Amino acid sequence: MTNTAILSTRHVTKKFGGFTANRDVSVDFHRGKLTSIIGPNGAGKSTFFNMVSGSFKPTSGEILFDGKSVGGLKQHEFAKIGISKSFQITNLFPALTVLENVRVAVQCLQSVYNIWTPRSRHAEWVEKAELLLELVGLQDRRNDLAENLAHGEQRCLEIAVALACDPQLLLLDEPTAGMSPEETRVIMNLILKLLEHRTIGLVEHKMKLIMGVSDSIIVLHQGQLLMQGTPDEVKNNDEVKRVYLGKGNH
Amino acid sequence: MKTKNTFQSPVLALLAKQPALAVMALLAVFPLIFPFHSLAINILLFGLFAAGYNLTFGYTGKLSFGHAAFFGGGAYGCGILISQYAIAWPLALCFGVVLAGLLALLMGLLAMRTRGIYFAMVTLALAQCVYFLFFQVNSLTGGDNGLRGVNVNTVNFGSLKLDLLNPLVKYYFMLAFVAIAIWLINRILNSAFGSILEALRENEHRARACGINVEGTRLLSLVISGMVCGLAGALNAINLSTVSIDSLSYQTSGQVMMMTLLGGMGTFFGPFLGAGIFLGIEHVVTGITERWQLIVGVIFIILVLFFPKGIWGTALARYKK
Repeated sequence: MTNTAILSTRHVTKKFGGFTANRDVSVDFHRGKLTSIIGPNGAGKSTFFNMVSGSFKPTSGEILFDGKSVGGLKQHEFAKIGISKSFQITNLFPALTVLENVRVAVQCLQSVYNIWTPRSRHAEWVEKAELLLELVGLQDRRNDLAENLAHGEQRCLEIAVALACDPQLLLLDEPTAGMSPEETRVIMNLILKLLEHRTIGLVEHKMKLIMGVSDSIIVLHQGQLLMQGTPDEVKNNDEVKRVYLGKGNH
Repeated sequence: MKTKNTFQSPVLALLAKQPALAVMALLAVFPLIFPFHSLAINILLFGLFAAGYNLTFGYTGKLSFGHAAFFGGGAYGCGILISQYAIAWPLALCFGVVLAGLLALLMGLLAMRTRGIYFAMVTLALAQCVYFLFFQVNSLTGGDNGLRGVNVNTVNFGSLKLDLLNPLVKYYFMLAFVAIAIWLINRILNSAFGSILEALRENEHRARACGINVEGTRLLSLVISGMVCGLAGALNAINLSTVSIDSLSYQTSGQVMMMTLLGGMGTFFGPFLGAGIFLGIEHVVTGITERWQLIVGVIFIILVLFFPKGIWGTALARYKK
């Protein structure tokens, strides 16, 4: 069962001083599947997301990627081993063009310290960036500054930036936050398209959205794992209904 | 009339589009229209110092208060070899640059993890350590009296003999090195590494998530910055024939920051313009009153209030769009 997992956590706990944000969480992200993390406010979703994407180190427990422990790696090393992420709050290079945002992200894993070769010598970085922009549907805006894009477009651009390092696992923190229904539809279609070649993990608030597309759902409550299962299993779980679904009915 | 992306003046347009070439050209004609040649040399060398500082302050976004260590380190490194060991000036010059680079590496390793005002404080403290180190090693550096006898009076390039006692000749001798440095800085800013620096300045978190080793990248840029400042210091040692302990003092660090701010941080031409304005004002006001720093301070405050991006930075922003 676990051998299909690309990323697993084993008894992961994160403490901030005396506060325990996550306690003893053991879950699996299966290869080629879409795994969602849900939970009420304060359930520890963001902390958990930040641990599996490399921003926080777990206080105890292990994070395994491809069977190897990655808990001790630094943030910038996560991109190198194939885990990439988008942030909850849009995080781009605002004064650079759309194309340059992706081009520099492509460059990051190829060449950082080359102070001699002009960047213009590397047409292949631009080509790859163009392909990624096409994938997310932003090719027409390549010469605009990232800060001048609409909110939904910026989220798409951030996904393109996150894809630049050819991640095996793409982690998205609330990719549809603050989006109109139309923009949400566009992004969900994009996510399903990306799923053809990758594993995706996402944190989301919008329950209906999640239920329809996820292969597996991780439910967190008060920092702990309530359950991990298919959407149907989650829907029919009494405890999940009680702590989460019961209140708002969706 | 103004149109998009065109400049009213062709000189300004050239400065914006081909900054390295334009700065070299301006510096080449500068002493021909500016009669005070020794002041021109000062502006040239402090302009280079500020351009080096700008790599850290403007392009990497780190406020350093310790760049005097690199300027002074380069000056002493070069000066000591010439005056105490009678080593040929080209070798001494290289040694000054390398010494400044090593100081930058050391300072970077110790300070790079800190940010904002803490980085400024740590670099200030480390630069003060360098100051007192050179101050104490009296036999080598001359201590309080400064280092004397850094005499390079004539320079031979094959059959070409340059008399450095002639200020105009000395200016162009210095300009040769400054031009090489400008070309290198331009090359680095346009390199693959240059675009990583841009990304880093734009958004450190995103850059880190993209796989950039932020500390390593900043360390490299600080070393390059330190070496450029070291070159400026080493050339200044040859220029003045002496090295004063003041070149290592925190006032020197403050001055170069003011020059960069005045001209426009993160712009190519700004540091040279800033050095020119700063030294120009100082030159004029010291002739009028002993309390010149008071007046320079007031002028500085006014300029920063009305040109927050610096003079050249403001001009660029106004004319560009």
